[in-house]
Amino acid sequence: MSEAIIRVRGLVTRFGSHVVHDRLDLDVARGEILGVVGGSGTGKSVLLRTIVGLNPARVGEIEVLGTPVPARTAAERARLEGNIGVMFQDGALFSSLTVRENVEVPLRRVAGLSARTRAELADLKISMAGLPYAAGDNYPSELSGGMRKRAGLARALALDPEVLFLDEPTAGLDPIGAAAFDRLIHGLTQSLGLTVFLVTHDLDTLHAVCDRVAVLAEKRVLVTGTMEEMLDVDHPWVRDYFHGPRARAARPDRG
Amino acid sequence: MSEAAPRIETLHEAGRTLVRLAGRVTVADLPEIERAFARLGGPVAVDLAGVERMDTAGAHVLVRLRARLEAEGQALEIRGAPAAVESVIATVAAAEPAPERAAPARRGLVDRVADVGARMTGAGRFGAELLAMFGLILARLVRTIWRPRDFRMTALVHHCEAVGWQAVPIVALMAFLIGVVLAFQGATQLRQFGAEVFVVDLIAISILRELGVLLTSIIVAGRTASAFTAAIGSMKMREEIDAMRTLGLDPAVMLFVPRVLALLLMLPILAVVANAAGLVGGGVMAWVVLDISPPMFATRLVEGTGVANYVIGLVKAPFFALIIGVVGCHAGMRVGGNAESLGRQTSAAVVTAIFAVIVADAVFSVLFAEIGI
Repeated sequence: MSEAIIRVRGLVTRFGSHVVHDRLDLDVARGEILGVVGGSGTGKSVLLRTIVGLNPARVGEIEVLGTPVPARTAAERARLEGNIGVMFQDGALFSSLTVRENVEVPLRRVAGLSARTRAELADLKISMAGLPYAAGDNYPSELSGGMRKRAGLARALALDPEVLFLDEPTAGLDPIGAAAFDRLIHGLTQSLGLTVFLVTHDLDTLHAVCDRVAVLAEKRVLVTGTMEEMLDVDHPWVRDYFHGPRARAARPDRG
Repeated sequence: MSEAAPRIETLHEAGRTLVRLAGRVTVADLPEIERAFARLGGPVAVDLAGVERMDTAGAHVLVRLRARLEAEGQALEIRGAPAAVESVIATVAAAEPAPERAAPARRGLVDRVADVGARMTGAGRFGAELLAMFGLILARLVRTIWRPRDFRMTALVHHCEAVGWQAVPIVALMAFLIGVVLAFQGATQLRQFGAEVFVVDLIAISILRELGVLLTSIIVAGRTASAFTAAIGSMKMREEIDAMRTLGLDPAVMLFVPRVLALLLMLPILAVVANAAGLVGGGVMAWVVLDISPPMFATRLVEGTGVANYVIGLVKAPFFALIIGVVGCHAGMRVGGNAESLGRQTSAAVVTAIFAVIVADAVFSVLFAEIGI
């Protein structure tokens, strides 16, 4: 379990004169679900985008699956793209394609796959993401926000990536939908052996899904550990976050 | 990562087929595995003891094979699967959707006739909507005269700059080149009759009366109708228009009136610019090709061309401006929820605006001919 799938060392992210991350270190082990929390504007989503290679200008080292990000050669890039899946906040589905076609997009990279098999695999992923079969024929604009998130998850899972990045997976969902999404992520991770990097504000998700939590504050990863360990951290923001009224309500033992 | 490529071994033992899968069984290896599985029939056992990694795509092929064999009255035994592989297969088997894809309906003659009818009523409704938008903008224009407090001066100035000032270079260049072309073509034709001097009348009448304002309107339709549609459409997509309504702001006053008014003010000015640039272009070419000096050109212009031509040209400008503005705003409001409809409406706005401007120009031509000016 100690093998680090994502390794970030000395990351500095800057937008103009605004420093978002200053010498940030982070490790994510194989098979774990890491929840990243932090106040608004602490660069959680920026960190996610940097690790998947969408924000290339930076100082520091990032390795995903032993491959440096951004990839230096075409072969490395292909290996990275095939092995990471990203679910963006609102799904980021291609609006001119149906859900099934959206999920088929990554599958088109696989050489020699017949159109029938591709459609079957897309249907399988749509069903695994908890969408009804008929949703495959819908366009993203015809779906609700929660269904769009599920479709985004289906697309992220299309190539069975080893690492899954989720940006606010439960934001904007009703509590029932959010709990179902938590169970979905947990179940898929268990059965498919995924490693998950999850950015969230949702304390219920942290409790229900995450093996470990990383707190972003003061421009770095302030502390990492299990939810229980977070309760003992002596830092004003961390204490407020994990001991606030919402945190108490979300704790499974109602403590 | 270091898993070996898949190894598929097919043996026959005691009346059934034994398939040994080993190594990697993932989506990248699917074509090969599918080919091997396609040949299988009768009772089959699949031994997965050597599988190092199986993803959902690999599991799907196994589940599909089992379904096919069971449909043929046979059975598939899966054995020796490592725990991780077994859990993937169980997950996939549980998630496998029930295919219920309906065959695409055949389109008969009735459907096609109905289609024609639907398009006709659609076109009628489109025209009615345009008329409604025109009425709405007129009503709001009049209302802002009564209640000038609601009027958005900053927006008007901003749109005047975007619609008018920034279009001056392209409009002037276009009109100049049209003048050049007219002079050159007119000269080669009229020279055959020794009537070179009439090239001035040709240039002046065609540019002042028709081409100056028409081509300006077409350029503005391309530039501005599309810009209106894109701006209003993306606001509609992001629910900004709905937000305005809930805040008690009238989108017609906030968005349509400043834009249409800016066009109303700027298009005549652009037409004047185009007329001047066209005459300059024609004059330069007449001087170069026909040795008609600029003073001679000016004299001939004043003597030979009635001021009515100039007025007739400019009278049309506000009408064209209204058409372009209404079409652009209307198309913006038709944008739906996705980026594709924004693109479709933007191009539809340009086509509709240009077409409508040309139709209106034809109507004006007939009208002016009937009343004899």
